[in-house]
Amino acid sequence: MATVVAVIASTHHPFYYRASTATGEDRPPFADEWVRKIHAFRETLTRAKPDVLVMVGSDHFHQLWLDNMPQFLVGKAPFYDANWYNEEREFGLPRMLLRGQEDLSAHLLREGLDAGFDLAFSNELRIDHSVTCPIITLRPEADLPIVPIYTNIFAPPLPRPGRFVALGRAIREIVESWPSQLRVAIIGTGHLSLELGGPRQFGPHGPDPEFDRRAVEWIATGDLDGCLSEVTLDSLHGPGNATHGFMDFMLMMGVAGAGAKADYVDTLDLFHTMEAYFTWYPNGAPA
Amino acid sequence: MSRYLLDKFLYTVDRDPELVERYREDPRGTVAWWEAERANALLNCHPAEASTWLRLTDAEREALGTHDYPRLFELGAHPFLTLTLFIAMFERDHEEPLAFQREYARKLSHFTLPYPDIAT
Repeated sequence: MATVVAVIASTHHPFYYRASTATGEDRPPFADEWVRKIHAFRETLTRAKPDVLVMVGSDHFHQLWLDNMPQFLVGKAPFYDANWYNEEREFGLPRMLLRGQEDLSAHLLREGLDAGFDLAFSNELRIDHSVTCPIITLRPEADLPIVPIYTNIFAPPLPRPGRFVALGRAIREIVESWPSQLRVAIIGTGHLSLELGGPRQFGPHGPDPEFDRRAVEWIATGDLDGCLSEVTLDSLHGPGNATHGFMDFMLMMGVAGAGAKADYVDTLDLFHTMEAYFTWYPNGAPA
Repeated sequence: MSRYLLDKFLYTVDRDPELVERYREDPRGTVAWWEAERANALLNCHPAEASTWLRLTDAEREALGTHDYPRLFELGAHPFLTLTLFIAMFERDHEEPLAFQREYARKLSHFTLPYPDIAT
């Protein structure tokens, strides 16, 4: 059976690519520290020597639209083109092409459906920065095949937080039941407190540093009970109007497992939002 | 109320470079053209299979036609769609990085929780 060699949860900051590649006067003062932290985080994936990446993210109204909106969708295609015109425009993100791992996509769809998750699928999916940001930070060679999984954290009505956790648990079990000798890393990105298009956006810190502190604690200690007892669809409006992206972190806590302490934790307090990086090694840290 | 159609305008304009420029230069004209020609297009279907019933309210048409993003927020337009499109149109008019985004926040500063409902 396949081995889950790393579980990784991260924020996805679309400005990282531009900040890290800028030079001279265009290079922001926080870029060097950010790059150092990303390189250290990247090493946690490199050490695990993965063959395949399962990538959990959320389409930001690029391909998925309100006339036909899936709650959870698994890509099943041999290739995925990536990044969109408005992401090039606003963030300077490059166009990319990633290979798919269709056998694992098919396995996740079949077993996910049988486990009670009515997963949508796509055979032609152009992925966006929720998946390409962690490729850029964690595997810039973009050389490993992926299985993209999209969640709806964006267009209400949304699934409740407990559903994200349950899907995370199921993804872990399903990957571990995949008849393959390949080494799989499961990577998911979301947000801590975040405001987009509202009065609290683009402040000197994230909109709710206290929420961020507690969120990092929940994730780092695997405190799913504590997290689930306090986080609801309603409560997530409080820390910022885009904070429902935190449910992708909760999904990844489900992948890592209740009580699983992260083997690697790092944060970076930036303008607008706090960055946070977590890695678990379910089968022990690689040598 | 046609919050869905408000979002559809923002979504279909934001993803099209030519429409972004056209909306920046001629908001009223672009909104009128879009409502007549594009509002009922079912996005993944042949043009002959268009919808027949979608129409903006007067308040929505006026907010779009005057680039009034605080009013769009109040009407429940999806904040991510509004922000992304308005950055595309107006960030270029500001010299300092993020100056437009901060001005945008200031212009919404009279809103407190709970924010207007964005469900469609």
